[in-house]
Amino acid sequence: MTIRVAVTVNGHEYARDVEPRLLLIHFLRDELGLTGSHWGCDTSNCGACVVWLDQRPVKACTVLAAMADGHIVRTVEDLERDGRLDPVQQGFIECHGLQCGFCTPGMMMTARWLLDRDPDPAEAEIREVLSGQVCRCTGYENIVRSVRWAAEHAEGTAQ
Amino acid sequence: MQVPSHVEYERAASVEHALALLGRPDHRVLAGGHSLIPMMKLRLAQPGVLVDINGLAELAYISLDGGQLRIGALARHADLLDSNAAGQHFPIFHDAERVVADPIVRLWGTVGGSLCQADPSEDLSAVFAAVRATAVIRGQDGDRSVPVREFHLGPYETVVGPGELLAEIRVPVRPGTGSAYEKVARRVGDWSVAAAGAVLQLDQGTVSQAGIGLTAVGAEHFVAAEAEDFLRGKNATEENFAAAAKIAAGHCHPVPDQRGPEDYKRHLVAELTTRALRRAAQRARERAAA
Repeated sequence: MTIRVAVTVNGHEYARDVEPRLLLIHFLRDELGLTGSHWGCDTSNCGACVVWLDQRPVKACTVLAAMADGHIVRTVEDLERDGRLDPVQQGFIECHGLQCGFCTPGMMMTARWLLDRDPDPAEAEIREVLSGQVCRCTGYENIVRSVRWAAEHAEGTAQ
Repeated sequence: MQVPSHVEYERAASVEHALALLGRPDHRVLAGGHSLIPMMKLRLAQPGVLVDINGLAELAYISLDGGQLRIGALARHADLLDSNAAGQHFPIFHDAERVVADPIVRLWGTVGGSLCQADPSEDLSAVFAAVRATAVIRGQDGDRSVPVREFHLGPYETVVGPGELLAEIRVPVRPGTGSAYEKVARRVGDWSVAAAGAVLQLDQGTVSQAGIGLTAVGAEHFVAAEAEDFLRGKNATEENFAAAAKIAAGHCHPVPDQRGPEDYKRHLVAELTTRALRRAAQRARERAAA
């Protein structure tokens, strides 16, 4: 049996009939074609699938699409606005915050959430908030630098 | 690819609606889902129908009321970590919540869900046992209260029955108390190898009441009752803390597994219980001096 899931993603309304057991990450990637969010460990350990659900980051491999019905989702595709990168995205470019890029969408969505709550986070705070997300390339130093870069270049570009 | 087992989905519109649904066979509460959904992927849980209670805002609160801290079952781990009222009276909650999973998981996992999951390695069960909390279980005929020390029947099993829902956890606020939680995990965000929570009520240097909770080491009801009995009426000294911790280590039943052998876990229980008692006593003295 399927159920109707209506959800606002990045400002657009979508409705699909899906199995209740469908995970939000697969709903976004396979039903809506929004493949920016990555599907990683499948066990809520790695954080590659982090998106926002009602303004808060969530590991989208561990919520059902059904739970998002009637709610608002934001994914990495929404960071860029009018051809202009979010400072977090620019920071990852400037500071070499990614190598293979697999963890990057989740890292950036959590970083954006952190910066919206605290525009000037200390390094320890950045490391804490990203502690549930795994990068196997850069070793975190550059990711932390990227988030700091975004904090230091926030003017005029924050949401 | 891990896919949850086949399931139907109902969204509870009210607590009464949730209770009616939960009275039907094979219906199961879905709160944060951060334990249940992984278990469904592994086929360790295969409920027929999920009853999503995430919309029930009336179950998501933390308040101080009539000398009690009241925590709605749907309060998230992050809410408890952010609660000044909880942290002021029970620093043990903030100690523990800092080491439950990771910050993103803590935004969704619920306090009530942790207790109902009844995982032997879950942190809050020992914490609520240490502070002698009461679980308020709602049914269609009203509420019943169960001490958290009687809430768990065994691993993954609680006294919450069909047609019932854990609604609230109540913790009495007692003057002159200090509390702390100490955990050892293999890496940040992991389950405990072992952990200990302590609550001490001091009366001019004497322990008038002690609560000791143990995580992941097979302590009955997550409690070190013999160590609590030993401490009551004794002076709050390092020697007595170490002696109580040794009793706690002797009376629990850790199982050797990939997280460590039995003797290592007993060693951790003794050390972490000592540290938790020491910090709890220090906090009790600081509050008395404030």
